[in-house]
Amino acid sequence: MLRQTEGSAAVAETVVSCRPEVVCAYPISPQTHIVEGISDLVRAGELEHCEYMMVESEFAAMSVCIGASAAGARTYTATASQGLLYMAEALFNASGLGLPIVMTVANRAIGAPINIWNDHSDSMSQRDSGWIQLYAETNQEAVDLHVQAFKLAEQLSLPVMVCMDGFILTHAYERIDIPERDAVHSFLPPFEPNQVLDPADPMTIGAMVGPEAYTEVKYLAHAKQMQALDTIPAVAEEFEAAFGRPSGGLLRGYRIEDAETVVVALGSVLGTIEDTIDEMREEGVRIGAMAIKSFRPFPLGEVREALAGAERVLVLEKALAVGVGGIVSANVRIALSGIQQQGYTVIAGLGGRPITGASLRQLFDDAIADRLPPLTFLDMDWARVESELKRLAEGGRSGAHAENILREAGIVAGRSH
Amino acid sequence: MEGAKPNRFEVRIHGRGGQGVVTAAELLSVAAFEEGHHAQAFPSFGSERTGAPVVSFCRLDAVPIRTREPVAEPDALIVQDPTLLHQVDLFSGFGPDGYLLLNSGRSFEELGLEDLLQRHRPERLLAVPAGEIARRNLGRPLPNAALLGGFAALTGRLRLESVQDAIRKRFSGRAGEGNAAAAAECFELVSERVGGMARA
Repeated sequence: MLRQTEGSAAVAETVVSCRPEVVCAYPISPQTHIVEGISDLVRAGELEHCEYMMVESEFAAMSVCIGASAAGARTYTATASQGLLYMAEALFNASGLGLPIVMTVANRAIGAPINIWNDHSDSMSQRDSGWIQLYAETNQEAVDLHVQAFKLAEQLSLPVMVCMDGFILTHAYERIDIPERDAVHSFLPPFEPNQVLDPADPMTIGAMVGPEAYTEVKYLAHAKQMQALDTIPAVAEEFEAAFGRPSGGLLRGYRIEDAETVVVALGSVLGTIEDTIDEMREEGVRIGAMAIKSFRPFPLGEVREALAGAERVLVLEKALAVGVGGIVSANVRIALSGIQQQGYTVIAGLGGRPITGASLRQLFDDAIADRLPPLTFLDMDWARVESELKRLAEGGRSGAHAENILREAGIVAGRSH
Repeated sequence: MEGAKPNRFEVRIHGRGGQGVVTAAELLSVAAFEEGHHAQAFPSFGSERTGAPVVSFCRLDAVPIRTREPVAEPDALIVQDPTLLHQVDLFSGFGPDGYLLLNSGRSFEELGLEDLLQRHRPERLLAVPAGEIARRNLGRPLPNAALLGGFAALTGRLRLESVQDAIRKRFSGRAGEGNAAAAAECFELVSERVGGMARA
């Protein structure tokens, strides 16, 4: 049903339509509205046969999810930022054990410096945890991806993260077609677990594995993700047939067919990018975009095919791999191995800095004129950085960068450290 | 870019935590949706605290809205708390053709905003006692709903009925009715004053 509603509320309602049997989550901004919404719906009796569990931490939340999923329950949780980091050890266990848990990550920066705003640092830090990672461009897609995620997870026996931009999507009110409950039920039949912990038929899962078999067991996890490269588009097609709109899949090109310059990105920033591309197309600039929907597994072949014809590839990403630069762009480079073209990495939107159409326009113009360095930080205030570096070089102590930069920006008063 | 988006209308709302700044943008978007428009409402994503300055945004259009950036050049400004005049750069990006609805029982002259009248179209700038209207209709000086009614009258972008429907959907019972009545009273007041200015 078409409604004007908040992204979080729409996700909560859709997750309930997916009929999880155990929901276990710990609240953290900007995910909170989602789990509060589910909690309200469970309490109101909208979801039968579901246990909503309160726990003391995200580590406990994921541990309960592991137990519930191993016991054969369809299991859901949600988190963000520090919460996802606190789950890290359990994340690897969930994927290593092949448990089809679905989790929303309401993408948010990680500290220090502490910051509650949006970027992709959290989910990118867990990209190698063995979870499938899908990124939503809009709230409509976030909703649709949850329906697909349970199906994918259960078909593949792998956990799935649905990543949606915190605040930018979770807190935005917009027009969303919320899948009807009956349609979700027929798309997503009840969970038939292929391994169940049952006291009547005891077994163990998660045995210790030594050097003689560890590589093989790990490879099998990789093999399942490679299999997901077929399953993800198949489920997306099935979804489109059932619900009448495209959502998800591995990649999506925008005005890419004859594009000399292609901008690659993940998540909600694609909207602003598309507006900028339309403006430049009006002026005859051959520019397009490619949205990566599935970051894990990373569709190397499809990315290569989509970008091979471009002269220039600009990867715009909302996370920084300190010490090297881009994360998404490193993956894109693997896909483009051996192809000669200009490659640019742009780090943008860290800690919630708005990514504006005006800045994107300048950035794309610079890229097309080949004026960009290989690694660019969009809208960086270099004067502040230089001043802090100078202070350090003159023997200042490190450790108070956050306070010093805030003081330079006039946001807090106080002495320098 | 503006040329490519002839029907785009962007609103920025300033207030303080607890005054319903975020709710106001959401209600505007719901009212617009009810009239068949595309609308996108979102907060400025700060750490909301009661009393702290808060900003929210609402975009209206005839076509789907893709951009996610904050509204930097609003077509309309709604200011829920006049004490923000001395604390926040309320008029950043506010162009000469913009609409302004300010919650205050005082005139622009009394508020020290005469220069605003010089630089903008005066018939599009109004101060209304929305807090007082709310107190009469609701028992509490929450200016939110009244200002939305005033917005509908001032800009002509929305019908009063859609605004009232959005209010009643969000608030049930007496809160819903009181807020809907406040919206209607402010709608009438603004209509009269805009009409008066047009005749003058």
